[in-house]
Amino acid sequence: MSTVQSPPSAGRLTGSAGAPSLPEGARQVTLVRVLRSEWTKLWSLRSTRWSFAVAFITMAGLGPLIAFFEMNRWNQLSLSDRLLIDPIDKSLGGHYFAQLAIGVLGVLVISGEYGTGQIRSTLLAVPKRLPVLWAKILVFSAVTFVLMIIAAFIGFFAANAIFTQHHVNVGIGAPHALRSIIGAALYVTFTGILCTALGTIVRATAGGISSFVVILFVLPPVLFLLPSSLHDSINPYLPSVAGAAVATAVPDPHTFSPWGGFALYVGYVLFAVAVAAVLLKTRDA
Amino acid sequence: MIEVNHVSKRYGDRVAVEDLTFTVQPGVVTGFLGPNGAGKSTTMRLILGLDRPSSGTATVAGRSYLDLRAPLHEVGAMLEARAIHTGRSARNHLLALAQTHGIPDRRVDEVIDIVGLTGVARKRVGSFSLGMGQRLGIAVALLGDPHTVILDEPANGLDPEGIRWIRTLLMELAREGRTVFLSSHLMSEIQQSAEHLIVIGRGRLIEDAPMADFVTRASADAPVRVRGPQLTALAEAILAAGAVSVEPEPEGDALRVQGLGAEQIGEAVAAERLVLYELTPLQVTLEEAFMSLTHDSIEYQPTGAAT
Repeated sequence: MSTVQSPPSAGRLTGSAGAPSLPEGARQVTLVRVLRSEWTKLWSLRSTRWSFAVAFITMAGLGPLIAFFEMNRWNQLSLSDRLLIDPIDKSLGGHYFAQLAIGVLGVLVISGEYGTGQIRSTLLAVPKRLPVLWAKILVFSAVTFVLMIIAAFIGFFAANAIFTQHHVNVGIGAPHALRSIIGAALYVTFTGILCTALGTIVRATAGGISSFVVILFVLPPVLFLLPSSLHDSINPYLPSVAGAAVATAVPDPHTFSPWGGFALYVGYVLFAVAVAAVLLKTRDA
Repeated sequence: MIEVNHVSKRYGDRVAVEDLTFTVQPGVVTGFLGPNGAGKSTTMRLILGLDRPSSGTATVAGRSYLDLRAPLHEVGAMLEARAIHTGRSARNHLLALAQTHGIPDRRVDEVIDIVGLTGVARKRVGSFSLGMGQRLGIAVALLGDPHTVILDEPANGLDPEGIRWIRTLLMELAREGRTVFLSSHLMSEIQQSAEHLIVIGRGRLIEDAPMADFVTRASADAPVRVRGPQLTALAEAILAAGAVSVEPEPEGDALRVQGLGAEQIGEAVAAERLVLYELTPLQVTLEEAFMSLTHDSIEYQPTGAAT
């Protein structure tokens, strides 16, 4: 393994005949090393800590807040309104806004490099280029998923502790509960990956953020302007609709199944990543 | 050693670099000179694999930059436009780059010390002055202890003391046998350190010669001032002897002769039995020599009487 320090190992480079010799102990670029580098880059910026904090607080806190308000007006609600409250979906409502903070950060992870010129330093160190994209996505999505799954569990249990007052709470063993919690974290994580891909494609912060806001937040309401039959046939295929189903206990009956929809969303994300990879590899930096 | 082989680069319709061929040898400082917009930065970006040549090849130590397995150990580069995220500290910037090659943290602190940024290493780069930014750029270039150093306008924004520091550093790197390639649009910035000169204008090679040759040629091309009572007759005699140009000086009582040495002018004038009051070989600074070399290739000429 090339990370071994001593004795001289396969990872150590030696100058071949004719070429200038490399410094003592010189080692080559590997994906693991680029991952370390991207980890350092991610945490050494203020915007990272802020965005993660906002996403975490929103994801963990919005559900309990919604639960608190619902319970406050419980006595004014009709029976049918009470039945419409789904404790799982209310407790995970934060994911809708958490994806905004994660999305912005996902764009910034790469667009911040283009905006400042940092990308040139990065690509001089890793001229193969693609390891940079893989490392950014792996580091960012791993951190996002860990934070979001913890926040989703906190939100779920805190909200349901409040719902308990009126006996509408559900446990973790309830149908769809665990799947929705994991699904919410997965959906937000893949939104982050989508946004890193968009940021790589447009190479600008403003353009990257507006493109993901259009895709995830503007397209769905705009689609309502279409005739309802057309709307109903297109709607399930919208990235946000397909992707969010997995984070929803009681999905819209006109959409795909939770995992089916999420698979489609992952497909969209992977397509965007593929486009980003091709452009990163072939464009002048 | 850097080898640029028939490299051309077009951005859409604009030709940035055209059929450029030159070699940068190890062990000496090579100056890369040209007016603004001549294609110096583009050439460096092509060598460093940031841009792809439209045709031709550029190699470092015999290989394309894109094929280097440990690029920071082979080439240290500093680009003109600051290529550093302003939100990060200098140390974290270096650390992130070092980690891609498994370069130990102690080397990071070492280069910070070499460029004299120890006191501000943990400050955000956004708060740095231009000169501090340049020093950080040099630190990045030195990080992997590379055999080749490529610097785009390293003297930009530095005070005289900083320029002297860079000059000493680069000459030392060359003395250690490294290849040192630096660009500038001012001859004065590199004339004391560069031993070899590559001059381009409008993306084409104009000059590729040892600095000493350039200096000799520049002084050979220096004009000679000629004064006498019969300027018209003097001008005719000198032109007949083979001068490239003879022009009246602005003050009107003397001639400025190009392309003929003082000795030949003296002989020619004596043969015509004309009277001379003054025969003065004029000094040409290297800057002037460089300017006249690239005069035709300046992309944005001031129009009107100024030229």
